[in-house]
Amino acid sequence: MLEVKDLHVTVEKKEILKGLNLTIKAGEVHAIMGPNGAGKSTLSAVIAGKEGYEVTSGSITFEGQDVLEMEIEERAQAGLLLGFQYPVEIPGVKNIYLLKAALNAQRAARGEGDMPAPEFMKLVKEKIAQMQMDPSFLQRAVNEGFSGGEKKRNEILQMLVLQPKLAMLDEIDSGLDIDAMRVVADGVNSLRDSKRAILLVTHYQRLLDYIVPDKVHVLMDGRIVKSGDAELAKELEVQGYEDIVEEPAA
Amino acid sequence: MATEEMEQLVRRDYKEGFVTDIESETVPPGLDESTIAFISNKKGEPDWMLQWRLDAYHQWLKMKSPSWAHLDYPPIDYQAISYYSAPKRPEDMPQSLDEVDPKLLETYEKLGIPLHERAALAGVAVDAVFDSVSVTTTFKKELGEAGVIFCSISDAIRDYPELIKQYLGTVVPVADNYFAALNSAVFTDGSFVFVPEGVTCPMELSTYFRINAANTGQFERTLIICESRAQVSYLEGCTAPMRDENQLHAAVVELVALEDAYIKYSTVQNWYPGDENGVGGIYNFVTKRGDCRGDRSRISWTQVETGSAITWKYPSCVLRGKESVGEFYSVAVTNGRQQADTGTKMIHIGEGTRSYIVSKGISAGRSNQSYRGLVKIGPRAKGARNFTQCDSLLIGDTSGAHTFPYQEIGNSTATVEHEATTSKIGEDQLFYCRSRGISEEDAVSMIVNGFCKDVFQELPMEFAVEAEALLNVTLEGAVG
Amino acid sequence: MSEVIHFLDVLKKRLAQRGSEPTWIAARRQAGAARFEAMGFPTRRDEAWKYTNVRQIAQGHFELAEDADYSSAKAAALTLPIDAYRLTFVDGVFSARLSDVEGLPESVQVMPLSQALAQNHEAVGGPLGRLTGVEFSPFSALNTAFMEEGAVIRLAPGTVVDKPIILQFVSRAGEQPVMSHPRVLIEAAGRSQATVIEHHMGDSDAANFTNLVAEIMLDRGAILTHYKLQEAPLADLHIASIHVEQRRDSRYTSYNLNLGGGLVRNDLVTDLNGQGAEANFYGLFYGQGRQHVDNHTLANHNAPRTFSNENYKGILDDRAHGVFNGKVVVKRDSQKIEGFQSNANLLLSDRAEIDTKPELEIYADDVKCSHGSTTGQLDKEAIYALRTRGIDEQTARGLLTLAFAGEVMEQVDIDAITERVELAVAGKLPERFNLAGLVEIAAAFNEA
Repeated sequence: MLEVKDLHVTVEKKEILKGLNLTIKAGEVHAIMGPNGAGKSTLSAVIAGKEGYEVTSGSITFEGQDVLEMEIEERAQAGLLLGFQYPVEIPGVKNIYLLKAALNAQRAARGEGDMPAPEFMKLVKEKIAQMQMDPSFLQRAVNEGFSGGEKKRNEILQMLVLQPKLAMLDEIDSGLDIDAMRVVADGVNSLRDSKRAILLVTHYQRLLDYIVPDKVHVLMDGRIVKSGDAELAKELEVQGYEDIVEEPAA
Repeated sequence: MATEEMEQLVRRDYKEGFVTDIESETVPPGLDESTIAFISNKKGEPDWMLQWRLDAYHQWLKMKSPSWAHLDYPPIDYQAISYYSAPKRPEDMPQSLDEVDPKLLETYEKLGIPLHERAALAGVAVDAVFDSVSVTTTFKKELGEAGVIFCSISDAIRDYPELIKQYLGTVVPVADNYFAALNSAVFTDGSFVFVPEGVTCPMELSTYFRINAANTGQFERTLIICESRAQVSYLEGCTAPMRDENQLHAAVVELVALEDAYIKYSTVQNWYPGDENGVGGIYNFVTKRGDCRGDRSRISWTQVETGSAITWKYPSCVLRGKESVGEFYSVAVTNGRQQADTGTKMIHIGEGTRSYIVSKGISAGRSNQSYRGLVKIGPRAKGARNFTQCDSLLIGDTSGAHTFPYQEIGNSTATVEHEATTSKIGEDQLFYCRSRGISEEDAVSMIVNGFCKDVFQELPMEFAVEAEALLNVTLEGAVG
Repeated sequence: MSEVIHFLDVLKKRLAQRGSEPTWIAARRQAGAARFEAMGFPTRRDEAWKYTNVRQIAQGHFELAEDADYSSAKAAALTLPIDAYRLTFVDGVFSARLSDVEGLPESVQVMPLSQALAQNHEAVGGPLGRLTGVEFSPFSALNTAFMEEGAVIRLAPGTVVDKPIILQFVSRAGEQPVMSHPRVLIEAAGRSQATVIEHHMGDSDAANFTNLVAEIMLDRGAILTHYKLQEAPLADLHIASIHVEQRRDSRYTSYNLNLGGGLVRNDLVTDLNGQGAEANFYGLFYGQGRQHVDNHTLANHNAPRTFSNENYKGILDDRAHGVFNGKVVVKRDSQKIEGFQSNANLLLSDRAEIDTKPELEIYADDVKCSHGSTTGQLDKEAIYALRTRGIDEQTARGLLTLAFAGEVMEQVDIDAITERVELAVAGKLPERFNLAGLVEIAAAFNEA
């Protein structure tokens, strides 16, 4: 589904990713872990198309398409969706409008017409209930005045409505208490199926108790230095990043 | 996102650019006493009205065109303008929509204003002004039963001379300013509304203006009076066909609200702004003023200004009555080489008067936009309050946004607050929307719409929809 | 017109006494006089003078002072008790006796304009008039026509002046009202630092006219803190034009504190010409009786990545009239600009009046600019809250007024200046309320 090959990325003339390789297949959940400054957020931002990141070499393909050639919205329409670590506030733009516009843009890209309003409302009501959010959130401006936890729930709500093929979640657990974490994790888990993939970017192992990944990668200094299964995350918890790396790469 | 791309998004062709082919009876260009006599005669006006016009004309001759606005345009040759044009059969005015020239109806269709549908479905009475003369007035009967007078100003001069004598020129005196004086001398048509004591007008009153014949100045005169405890909501919407010559527009609108009366006046202005090089486009010099004469009266101006090459417009409120309220909500969008100098004046005279100003300006392309406002608190306006919020959004690095708020406060019990910000569309907001699959164009529209929300929510429903459409927003009000 | 002629007559008389002077001075004087004659005094039809009537100046028959006689005891009572280098001017005339620049290091020059001209007039002729031309206003033209005294301050590269430099201007009571046209020139070379205090005061029954022009040039990285403490007699007429030029990474901070003067007009302009330049304008004006205080400020962002921050507070009592006009201009292509402006006014009496106009003029899109302006009165709830704690009403009002001024005053770190302002604004408060503490208490009450 997603193929990242030898990716080099510089930000403000500083090289952050230094030859990163990653393959994600449909149905898989991958977790990328690593210390602060390792380049975790850079990877998801580059895949989503954020400006200011220069890809100096390497490639990213998604279902055979060259992602780097796609516009930001084309990536989202193709099913690549990023959940932000720090979702931005957009004054005056209601949540419900954003959801509707985004969903219909995706449908239009597939050659489908707008979703009829009643069907759309039904879908949104169902998803907002799933996220245990108050329906009044829909009428509020996007993320404006939301607490950190509310913003994160809102990101997952968007995922549930937009049903991406590959959901990338950047530090989705930061700033969440245990209850909120459970709701967010349940939301993410409900997205899991054989046709979809999920990429979690996280600093802590904690999240992975709730969303158990198929693959775990350790990202340090711009490269994936170690890969394994869910057990690797637990080892990291015990040993820390430095020790893991100092082991000879097996 | 590159600046050029951003500019592309806001550079949109004027969709209302076409010319209706209806023969007009037009006087040759030029202005002197005989032109005024011609207009007055054409309208069958009484002598006192002619004298009123001539008085305005003589005062106008002594006045100078104002130069203080942040606007740059070549001097206007007032002798090159034709001051009267009318459809060919003025004595044979259609009494119902069936009789209206199909071409005119077609024009409205093209503008996306299905007149009869709108009128029938939305219960809106329409006084359509076409080339300066009322062509049709509907729903007269229903209004008549409620005691509401809604007719062209020409008819009002003929049919209700006492009301005209009592109120015309009392809010905007003939020599108030250069353009108001010109209007007073040569106005050809406009609307008259009178809502008697205790009556709430049963429908929203609406009029669509068009400027059509080339080189024809358009000088509407509107007078709205609400007696005690009366209420009315009035909608004014404008579009104009594409033309190369600059067309002068100098309207005057006067509102009078007596005790406990409420007048809501909404405008969507989408006249031809000129092409990318600033050629053509309407020069729009408007004097709009409301007089809250009665205690607890309220006047509310809402405007969405997207058109015209030059806009010079300051809808104002004179808050005379105790605890009267003035409101001004404005969205102005300029693009290309448009220039707009717009804002409001809130003159607090009475005790406990309140005013609210929310102004949102969006400048794109090579346009320049200024907010110019005055809040004046007189010595007797005890406990007066004003709140002003004035925000500017810049799109592209060749546009300008300026803010000139005057506050003159002569009373220690007054509270006056003013806040203003100037910024550009946030890159991170754009990225967020786009990463949800929304196109850049739609994302800009959405963010701009969000920026304008405080004003749009003041518009009557039909207008709000049009206003959003004007900003090219594809989101529909289906949800909510 | 006759008003203009009186001023020109006084000028002719003075020039006849003076004898020859360098040609460049004579030429500028001539240009200033011609410009003044052509413009005349501004009227309220001029946008920049819309709210300020200068009739009192135009019709005052001011002469020029001939000497600087003033008793040391009186001067000592008025002067700020601060260890500083000091130049004193009495009605515009330099007083060596009341001045003290002993111990100045060689890298710093502080001297009266007359002395700078005598030493090397060409070194003065270059910068003088470069920032404030005769076109700026009729008053800058008038100042240029009359200029003969003032102060010159020059800082060599990297110099950090150890003590504040005080320029004090004394207005004397006398039978004949006089006028003075001080000219101040400050040249701060790269990375130099200094604090300059401009202090206006005098006899309480004086009624003179001061028309000051200051030109301040900050080279790369220079830092100048400029206090203006204006405590002129209540019948004095005071016009000042301060024009600052800022090169890269320089920082100019102005504290414009106006307590005195019957008619006061300050124009403060900075040109932010180099990246990283920063200007801070803090202002406080307090008006009582029939005082008229007009502050005009202008920050020209002529280069990218420049920063301006402004906070002016006005307190008006009795029939005082305040004017604030702040303007931020961002030139085309001056990207990454931040400009903030705030003006708050407190009206303490029914007859007091404030006219305020915070303007933004912006031609670049990557900017963050905002302004806010509020006018109101003391919070009744807060007065009540203080009184329930046993504070009498007058003290409560004083406290809250000071709290209002707090945002500006807490930036001031010269105690002697803070005390003067406190006394003027809040009156003599009970000893137990020291300024720092009471500002805090009152602010807390305000929030509660």
